Amino acid sequence: MIELKDDRFLEYFRLDERFPHILCPGCGIGTTMATMVRAFLELGIKQDELCVVSGIGCSSRVPGYLDCDTFHTLHGRALPAATGVKLAKPELKVVVIGGDGDIMAIGGNHFIHAARRNLDITVIVVNNFTYAMTGGQYSPTTPTHERAATAPFGNVERSFDVCFLARAAGAMFVARSTTFHVAHLKKMLELALKKTGFSVVEVISQCPTFYGRYQGIGDAVQMLEWLRTRAVDVSKVTDPWHQKDKFVIGVLHDQQEIAPYTQLYEEVRERSKGK
Amino acid sequence: MKQLLSGNEACAIGAIRAGVRFFAGYPITPSTEIAEYLSRELPRVGGTFIQMEDEIGSICCMNGATAAGVKAMTATSGPGFSLMQEGIGYSIMAELPCIIVNVMRGGPATGTPTRTSQADVMQARFGTHGDHPIVALCPWSVRECFDLTVEAVNISERLRIPVIVLMDEIVGHMREVVELPETVKIWQPDKPKPAPNQYYHYDDSNNYDAPIASFGEGYRIHLTGLTHRKDGFPTDDPEIIKWNLDRLRNKIEQNRSWLWDIYYEDIGSETVIVCYGSAARAGMEAKRQFELKTGRRVGIVRLRMVWPFPNERLIALLRSARRVIVPEMNQGQLYREVERTVSLQVPVVSVQRYDGEMLTPEEIIAHL
Repeated sequence: MIELKDDRFLEYFRLDERFPHILCPGCGIGTTMATMVRAFLELGIKQDELCVVSGIGCSSRVPGYLDCDTFHTLHGRALPAATGVKLAKPELKVVVIGGDGDIMAIGGNHFIHAARRNLDITVIVVNNFTYAMTGGQYSPTTPTHERAATAPFGNVERSFDVCFLARAAGAMFVARSTTFHVAHLKKMLELALKKTGFSVVEVISQCPTFYGRYQGIGDAVQMLEWLRTRAVDVSKVTDPWHQKDKFVIGVLHDQQEIAPYTQLYEEVRERSKGK
Repeated sequence: MKQLLSGNEACAIGAIRAGVRFFAGYPITPSTEIAEYLSRELPRVGGTFIQMEDEIGSICCMNGATAAGVKAMTATSGPGFSLMQEGIGYSIMAELPCIIVNVMRGGPATGTPTRTSQADVMQARFGTHGDHPIVALCPWSVRECFDLTVEAVNISERLRIPVIVLMDEIVGHMREVVELPETVKIWQPDKPKPAPNQYYHYDDSNNYDAPIASFGEGYRIHLTGLTHRKDGFPTDDPEIIKWNLDRLRNKIEQNRSWLWDIYYEDIGSETVIVCYGSAARAGMEAKRQFELKTGRRVGIVRLRMVWPFPNERLIALLRSARRVIVPEMNQGQLYREVERTVSLQVPVVSVQRYDGEMLTPEEIIAHL
């Protein structure tokens, strides 16, 4: 039980009339949202210095509930929009939150390029293995052979490993956690938010409404159990990248920081003046 | 200072003088010189240039910069313009001012990258889905590429609407000697910003020209592409949906008194040429040659702003015309718009050229 010292936690939300939220009972996105806010509080990130950007989907509805500058952009385009915000106002803390469909499918190209540019932003990918808002179609993270609304006879595609891709594309910091391990998740988010450069946290989350039902895992409680039993800490495996049917949680990649994009571009401005 | 400049360069200079400090784009012929110029000049004035991974990323990145309070622009051509359509819709819906320069080339698909065309006129108007307002300007010379880019920035700031600068390959690559003003008139809202607790991002009591809050100013604004209330939060209440779309439409309807830009000569003549962009260069030359040869006057109406289409003004300008010629470098896209502004008895001739070559004065004279 996390104790609230005062109402600072609640102050972070737009409580006036934005609630109740649209998330289904038992959804893991609410857990992610609350944990993210607790991480903000822990690090002392002020509401007026923060801009939370998202695309379209269940996870992308999160910014609407937060009392800070929020940017609900087009499907898949959270990262380019966040790029524009960060470059225009580098002093802002820019956080992107979105689902596996929004960030890895339609937004996949933007994801790898934002990582390559090493923009100083944190990306939270809430991975529930499905397109939830549109009714349970298969996504780029849906495992092969699983059933989905658009894969009634089984999915024939192979899935992305979000963290592996983030690391390959040049992210400074990559971690994974789940909505069952909230204390661990908060820690991962804090580390990512503190890192200068492009940081990614993949949050394995439950969607009992569609994924749990389609895969026969069960309701939210059974899905949390499923998250608990499948999760394995990175310290307990030799190869974190090829663990079948396991969620390897923890810090998967944390490298020596290099100058982020905005800093390099500031140097470009300096160089351009004499020429 | 007199300079030899291309239309693309003049457009980029106009953008900087009008206060544009951000450019996100993707290289595409024949618009690339704009990006190249700005990549050199923007950092010098403290601005930002970024080459995105594609045109979708470019327009969304531009929208992000605008939301954070910087005047922003992008430049592209047909295929990239097609990719940008949803993002243009977002600019319209979230009411983010911005400039999209489309240096037109032949289409559809990859078409003819190095040839000219005016075939994106209708796309500029109706390219993005849903009922929406748009403003599009059409320069015909290097000087006008500068002037209309400045005008585009000011209109977009004033109405909080994306403005499209519809150039074409000829105007973009043509070089002329021009003398550009060092300073230009920049539109500034004259009201102070209300305090955060009294602030509505989509306040409709002010004809859109109140100063708006940006990210990082303590207003904690919410921007979305969803239909929204005046505080920016989404809704599906039919009444508010209608209010939202009416608000967008009214940007044009309530400002038609100044939202037009037409150059005209000799409109009392029997025959009037209605044209825009580089086809107007042929139109003007056809008028000159024809008058020299025959001694008869020909009227010319040149639309510097093609959208919103100036129906009322064109009706007045073409009142005494007995014949109207509409030369275009496409298969007659604006011709029907013009046809609607004259009576059924007045023939309207569409002069079309769409082989990538410039329309010649002779082709127009043949119809005079």
